[in-house]
Amino acid sequence: MGDVTRLSAADLADALSAREVSSVEATQAHLDRMAAVEPAVHAFLHVSTEDALATARDVDARRAAGETLHRLAGVPIAVKDVVVTKDMPTTAGSKILEGWIPPYDATLVTRLRQAGLPILGKTNMDEFAMGSSTEHSAYGNTHNPWDLDRIPGGSGGGSAAAVAAFEAPLAIGTDTGGSIRQPAAVTGTVGVKPTYGGVSRYGLIALASSLDQAGPVTRTVLDSALLHELIGGHDPRDSTSIDEPLPGLVDAALRGAGGDLTGVRVGVVTELDGEGYQPGVRARFGEALALLEQAGAEIVQVSCPHFEYALGAYYLILPSEASSNLAKFDGMRFGLRVEPADGPVTAERVMAATRGAGFGPEVKRRIILGTYALSAGYYDAYYGSAQKVRTLIQRDFAAAFTHADVLVSPTAPTTAFRLGEKLDDPLAMYLNDVATIPANLAGVPGMSLPSGLSDDGLPVGFQILAPAKADDRLYRVGAALEAMLEHVWGGHILDRAPELEVGK
Amino acid sequence: MSTLSRDEVARVAALARIDLTSDELDRLVGELDVIVESVARVSEVATPDVPATSHPLPLSNVFRADVPEPSLPIADVLRSAPASEDGKFLVPQILGEE
Repeated sequence: MGDVTRLSAADLADALSAREVSSVEATQAHLDRMAAVEPAVHAFLHVSTEDALATARDVDARRAAGETLHRLAGVPIAVKDVVVTKDMPTTAGSKILEGWIPPYDATLVTRLRQAGLPILGKTNMDEFAMGSSTEHSAYGNTHNPWDLDRIPGGSGGGSAAAVAAFEAPLAIGTDTGGSIRQPAAVTGTVGVKPTYGGVSRYGLIALASSLDQAGPVTRTVLDSALLHELIGGHDPRDSTSIDEPLPGLVDAALRGAGGDLTGVRVGVVTELDGEGYQPGVRARFGEALALLEQAGAEIVQVSCPHFEYALGAYYLILPSEASSNLAKFDGMRFGLRVEPADGPVTAERVMAATRGAGFGPEVKRRIILGTYALSAGYYDAYYGSAQKVRTLIQRDFAAAFTHADVLVSPTAPTTAFRLGEKLDDPLAMYLNDVATIPANLAGVPGMSLPSGLSDDGLPVGFQILAPAKADDRLYRVGAALEAMLEHVWGGHILDRAPELEVGK
Repeated sequence: MSTLSRDEVARVAALARIDLTSDELDRLVGELDVIVESVARVSEVATPDVPATSHPLPLSNVFRADVPEPSLPIADVLRSAPASEDGKFLVPQILGEE
């Protein structure tokens, strides 16, 4: 057996079931890789060595006993630190939750544990998932494995970097405005935001409840389908969970990999291209379209005229919902408690002192913006208007999907920028998500997969969007494009990433 | 359009129960002004005939059967509390005593 950390999750699962490698060996190989590259990458906030190896031993024993196991049993996974894990610290990248051990598991974590996936640890992120670079983590930057001076995207930069650096074959992300897809784009990995309600939100530390969605972060489209099928589906503990079976995602990926897209209408969103998009990003996007056309797809132009208002609506709706959701961090029941430096120690003053000390600058900015947008006299102009824009964006999608089966765009306007470059300019940072935000506002599913390297040698992401509950279309089109691109490249895009371990 | 004053930002921060240093307040006034001006564009298309959408997919109320389910063990819940006493959260005084 060669280096198991280079295998896709599907290939590792096959090797495990053929008993060419044990889960303990595979898990240990990933822990060793983490030990070697974490000093440079810093994708993890917590490494759960003992917990992961215990799960691996259990899976190996059950396999030896002839038990029927889940296909991904024994395949290790990393989980974004916004997802609560019993007996494992969960901070959401914030000082206000430093050292907090949740008393329960998120539903998706329960499903991972039941299927026997060893959890390697918790990954770094922008504080409470607010950001596009992971620089807003209270626990230091994560570095892009393609260039350690650059951002890994955000908010799920840790999960994307862990997968790109071969520290884990699978990871969990969450996507409120692009936090799975944009990190995937800038790290040369695959990320999927399922239809809103497709994966349970029970046990996710909520950012914006009407936008949040958890999903897979992987190196291949098939791996995302396998993980999506495992974590997806109805959960009675989440009242917004869709009470219907998932469409066949793995089947769609396998069908797509055959490369035939005859009859599939691919809509290019006019408003998500052009000004502000890096030339190398546009070039790779155009080449991918040509490949889809070769595979038999029909390329059509579609216009979504209200998308230009999506960013504005998002930065009203998200802060408004976040200001309410984050009210629970008050120093009373969990996490940090700070007493005021002087004056009476009342609950109200302890709350303000705790939140002043525990929240970082971006979280304060957004809570105050949201409180303002919801306050008397401004509600109709700001939050009310943003909700109307949401209707207009949904109508744009509905109209576009009458002309096309899937919509496509570059995932992000640029490749990974340098650490620090946009940290002092919130609006410039927000623009990273201009192409990913509309999907969250409308609840539709989206995928980002690598479409090549830009002129600067850094990965470019290709975004596919489908109608709500038609996540299978992402996998069919994504797998077809992936197969054709890998044929052109002669291998996986990450084969061209620099080796992080000296002497390897 | 809007110009967010320093007093206004301080008032909203107090509503949100976030202590800010004087430097933080100065910086936020400038940043929020730029952000608010940018996002305010939404009102250009938010005409009275457009209904508001609060949720991505249409939903109706979701109920479960009204049967008791076990709660989390109290010890697990209090384990990460800043302070506890007699199986309860211990919090600072809630009302002023003047």
